[in-house]
Amino acid sequence: MSVPHALLALLSEGPKYGLQLREEFEAGTGEVWPLNVGQVYKTLGRLERDGLAESDGNGQDGPQKRYRITAAGREALAVWLRTPPDLTSPPRDELVMKVLVAARVPGTDAHEVIQAHRLYLLELMQQWTRLKEGEARDDLSLALVVDAELFRLDAVIRWLDAADVRLTRAAAEPLRSSTAAAPVPQLRRLGARR
Amino acid sequence: MSGPEQGGNGHSAVNVLELRDVSKTYGREPDKVRALVGVDLSVRAGEMLAVMGPSGSGKSTLLTIAGSLEDPTSGEVRVCGMALAEMPEDRKARLRRRVIGYVFQDFNLLPGLTAAENAALPLELDGVAVPKARAAGLAALEALGVAGRASRFPDQLSGGERQRVAIARAVVGDRRLLLADEPSGALDSVNAADVMRLLHEACQRGVAAVVVTHDAQLAAWADRVVLLRDGRLTGQTARPPGPESLLMRREVR
Repeated sequence: MSVPHALLALLSEGPKYGLQLREEFEAGTGEVWPLNVGQVYKTLGRLERDGLAESDGNGQDGPQKRYRITAAGREALAVWLRTPPDLTSPPRDELVMKVLVAARVPGTDAHEVIQAHRLYLLELMQQWTRLKEGEARDDLSLALVVDAELFRLDAVIRWLDAADVRLTRAAAEPLRSSTAAAPVPQLRRLGARR
Repeated sequence: MSGPEQGGNGHSAVNVLELRDVSKTYGREPDKVRALVGVDLSVRAGEMLAVMGPSGSGKSTLLTIAGSLEDPTSGEVRVCGMALAEMPEDRKARLRRRVIGYVFQDFNLLPGLTAAENAALPLELDGVAVPKARAAGLAALEALGVAGRASRFPDQLSGGERQRVAIARAVVGDRRLLLADEPSGALDSVNAADVMRLLHEACQRGVAAVVVTHDAQLAAWADRVVLLRDGRLTGQTARPPGPESLLMRREVR
């Protein structure tokens, strides 16, 4: 989530005050991402320093300052919108780690671990769906945020299903099973990072 | 006879569907296939239940047994409190026509009939007078927002509209139990969500529904999700907290 670019997007509609930006940011993301006011002013200060926004205040920080986007700011926003996010290196996923560990800790039933996470994720998806069913019906921003979250959780459940099948197969063919050593060095090689 | 399961929308604790220790076996040794093994399950009026599981896990068998289209090898099935095993075939057929509604993956609308005629069909087959059946069919179309398409034929409807008509047909009259097998068919995800919303709304009006799906996003519409694996129920969701807890708790970086 890029707060600077979100603020630039709001400023591209016209000059705005800091508090107003915070309110519009939260409303625009379906109130799923709260933003504190200190963060707003810190970010605005950085945008001003970098020449992406300018203020018409009397030199002092605070609510009386009004900000507007500059030409360089518009340019930066356009470039950011079209720049793909960094999805090339896998994130160090806690759930992936847990399943990898469950597969090699003696006396642990990895299927049971997977099942517990699957149920938890389904419950989470039920909650998001209730939100979609209720408030998000008339709130496009919220509907888009909720969809993104549902697709993400759905992908995690599918991965759990695939892991379940792989572990079952590996147990049936122990000679070809290589859960013991392979995953960890491989992750290191890929340079996993957040 | 109420089961230990949680869920529902706070309607009365009447179990519309009850399965007790239900098993289903196909074929003989050594090629015996155990499609269901000791399944205990109850669904209350107003509750939407989703059944998930990999292919071959017994999802569809569960649905055909619940719909009295097939008998279990052992165990007991009750619909609205009535034991199916003790019921003569003609009474079972009547139950299927009056109490149970079906929604299929490929909609199964009859091409030579209009939307209104399709929706009224189960009542007409049950001997309800045509004008009365048509009125009920129209009311069902109305509830699903497709009354304006009443005189169109299936091939003149969009995929989403066709599925609405199929749901109207499934709930027409006074159905108590809705059985759906992958009800969103090949619809895109936004239209598929609409189908689930409509089924969920039918439940809020008091119908009990069992929806079989492999899609977690669709299952998440249900009040309760049960997981099936190799014919056994292996888990179910607890009643999740309200959606309010999702809001305003995340940090922005």
